[in-house]
Amino acid sequence: MTQGEIVAGCLAPHPPHLVYAENPPQNEPVAEGGWEQLRWGYERLRASLKDVEYDAIVLLSPHWQTYIGTHFLGLPNFKSLSVDPVFPNLFRYHYDLNIDVDLSTKIHDKAAEAGLTVKMMENPDFRVDYGTITTGHMVNPVWDKPLVVVSSNRSRDYYSVEVMQEMMIELGRVTREAILESGKKVVVIASNSLSHRHFTTESEIPEDMSKEHIASHAMHLWDMRMIEYIRSGQSQRILDEMPEFTEQAIAESDGGGLSWLLSTLDTPSYPGILHGYGTIIGTGNAIVEWPERNHKGASQ
Amino acid sequence: MSEGRLVGSFIVPVHPHTVLVPEQNEGWQRLRDAFDDAAQRIKDSNADLLVIYSTTWPSIIGHQIQADPNPEWVMVDHDFHDLGSIPYSFNIDSEFAHAWDEANKKRGLKSRTINYTGFPIDVGSVVALKLLNPDNAIPAVIVSSNVYANRSETTVLAKSCLDVIKATGRKAVAVTAMSLSNRMFTTAIDPKDDKIHSLKDDEWNRKILEFLGEGRLEDVGQLSRTIHKQIRVQKVVAFKPMWWLAGMNENRNNLTGDVLAYEAIHGAGGAVVHLDPTPSGAGDKEYDEDDVEFFSGERNVLDAEGGAPSFDAQIPQPSKASTSSGPALWEPTTGESSVNSDAAPKPVGMYPHARRVGDLLYLSGVGPRQPGTNAIPGGPICDDQGAPLNYDIKAQTRAVVDNITRILEEAGGSIDDVLDVTSFLVDMDRDFAGYNEVWADTLGKVGPTRTTLAIRALPTPIAVEMKVIARAPKGN
Ligand SMILES: [Fe+2]
Repeated sequence: MTQGEIVAGCLAPHPPHLVYAENPPQNEPVAEGGWEQLRWGYERLRASLKDVEYDAIVLLSPHWQTYIGTHFLGLPNFKSLSVDPVFPNLFRYHYDLNIDVDLSTKIHDKAAEAGLTVKMMENPDFRVDYGTITTGHMVNPVWDKPLVVVSSNRSRDYYSVEVMQEMMIELGRVTREAILESGKKVVVIASNSLSHRHFTTESEIPEDMSKEHIASHAMHLWDMRMIEYIRSGQSQRILDEMPEFTEQAIAESDGGGLSWLLSTLDTPSYPGILHGYGTIIGTGNAIVEWPERNHKGASQ
Repeated sequence: MSEGRLVGSFIVPVHPHTVLVPEQNEGWQRLRDAFDDAAQRIKDSNADLLVIYSTTWPSIIGHQIQADPNPEWVMVDHDFHDLGSIPYSFNIDSEFAHAWDEANKKRGLKSRTINYTGFPIDVGSVVALKLLNPDNAIPAVIVSSNVYANRSETTVLAKSCLDVIKATGRKAVAVTAMSLSNRMFTTAIDPKDDKIHSLKDDEWNRKILEFLGEGRLEDVGQLSRTIHKQIRVQKVVAFKPMWWLAGMNENRNNLTGDVLAYEAIHGAGGAVVHLDPTPSGAGDKEYDEDDVEFFSGERNVLDAEGGAPSFDAQIPQPSKASTSSGPALWEPTTGESSVNSDAAPKPVGMYPHARRVGDLLYLSGVGPRQPGTNAIPGGPICDDQGAPLNYDIKAQTRAVVDNITRILEEAGGSIDDVLDVTSFLVDMDRDFAGYNEVWADTLGKVGPTRTTLAIRALPTPIAVEMKVIARAPKGN
């Protein structure tokens, strides 16, 4: 069997506002646009992946929160309505997505071997979280690639950013191993924002862009610092500064996605491509691609 | 119609075990039996409304209130999906939900109702309603926990709920769906091995339950921050439900408490507690935190009006921001020698905040209203219908001094520049002492001359206003 490959790693945040602003047929509410800078960023990411051949998407979403280890969706298909419990006015999306259960199981088994707590999710009534669906839609709106959906183990809440990161780096390592062994070509995605301080008010028209800006100067500084590390291929520094970043920017990297992603990419030393950056109700969001396919053997 | 009231309060655990698999562990079964006991007590109380505050429904934009009259779906827990699914169909009092939403807004809270097919009702609410109201006989309402809310916001949320309960003559039961210690085991366990995660968590839980058993709810509310630090994993929502429940019980400490069960659910502390409003006979304790009637939105980032006041020629008119009751608010007039501040409350007529003449600065009458939100610290002196309310003169007086400070700072000076003050009180008998105390603490130390007058009314529902003449800052 040929060796599998990670063709790209992406940071692809999931505020439901982006799906809302696009007015796809699957989403019930109707918008007048908004957050174009980010949506054009997703357009660039989609264009970049358009001619890349791949078999599956492996995605970690911070909105499937599990406290008892890491869980994986374990049935071949999930079809239902996803209503965002925080922004139900913006996101009521009818989804129908396929799971690569083989690959899920492989990653699950390898993680178990490595001593991580894991569980397959095999309840057909389970509703897929809106983070997975938003990112899934923005990256691949035709939904023609099967997914592996990984929950966010809230080990940061239980222990510390350091412990969370240790576990996520281990999970990233076994994810990479499982993908290589599977013979499949895969896009790995961490679905999270950077700085994550929200406004606690919403304007009359949610997509009123005259109200949109970063929540504070400190949040901006942190986001730009992380983006500079991304753009200059300094992944290790991102991991090194993760505790401070996560605490001070209240970053959504607390869910472990970014640490896991960098680990699946073997801590890349080549630059990530910044496809877009913008704020959503004050939080900082970057759309980044690490084109691993062009850097085989370049890591470390 | 007689006035509505709270006829009871319950604290219940959130995890799905008590609904799906109580038989797998003796403790879970005892919790389930306690739920059934609680359901019977609720029935016996002739309650006609259940109000659920759930810690497993976080919100960001203020508070959300479920208003779908008949939400139906199948709930599956994010962690315990292997225990099974819980189909639900609830009876929601959407009329009450809308009234509460309105009452929230009147008290300065961000609030909205939710009515969407397929909205994912959280596990805590589903468990509570399934077991406390098994035949849906009592209409219910569910409110979210705001992840950023502090005690004042959560207290005001309870007060607006009580406003509606009283006004609509309801006999309401308040329920908080919550864990005590919330640290679960992070690995799978055999159900028969379940126990509280650590001895320390267990000791804290027992202390909390000792207080609750004695009906000392307000004491638990005051310990909330400590409890959160000691035995709570820092998930999204803090140990806020005790603030809400204490608010619902008017911050009393002499309720009649009854702990029906206390057990572990996958390591977390789960208890079913009944708090009856009947006085226990114990002495009531003082409520020692700021009692807030209105929430003034300390994080109103979107509406903050930055930048310098505008000097554009414009036709003066009340600003659009003035949505609350009372006189319309105006942009301060701008003209030669006027000094205005975005950090001070909007005028209630066509005048500037201050005017400079030579070496002196004349300030328009300054009240306690908060810039941006227009809220009144210490509460207004009456409601929209003119019915008197209990307010805090000291908080109002302090807010007046703060507003004076802001206007003077905008002009480049400070509070030390105040030369002469004329104070107006609407109730000299009630308020002079409190006002005088704050004065001594603030302007008294600066040393301006002072005249205090009693007057019949001020244009907004405030109790104190000051007219100030100050030294104009040099070099401006
Ligand atoms: Fe998120």
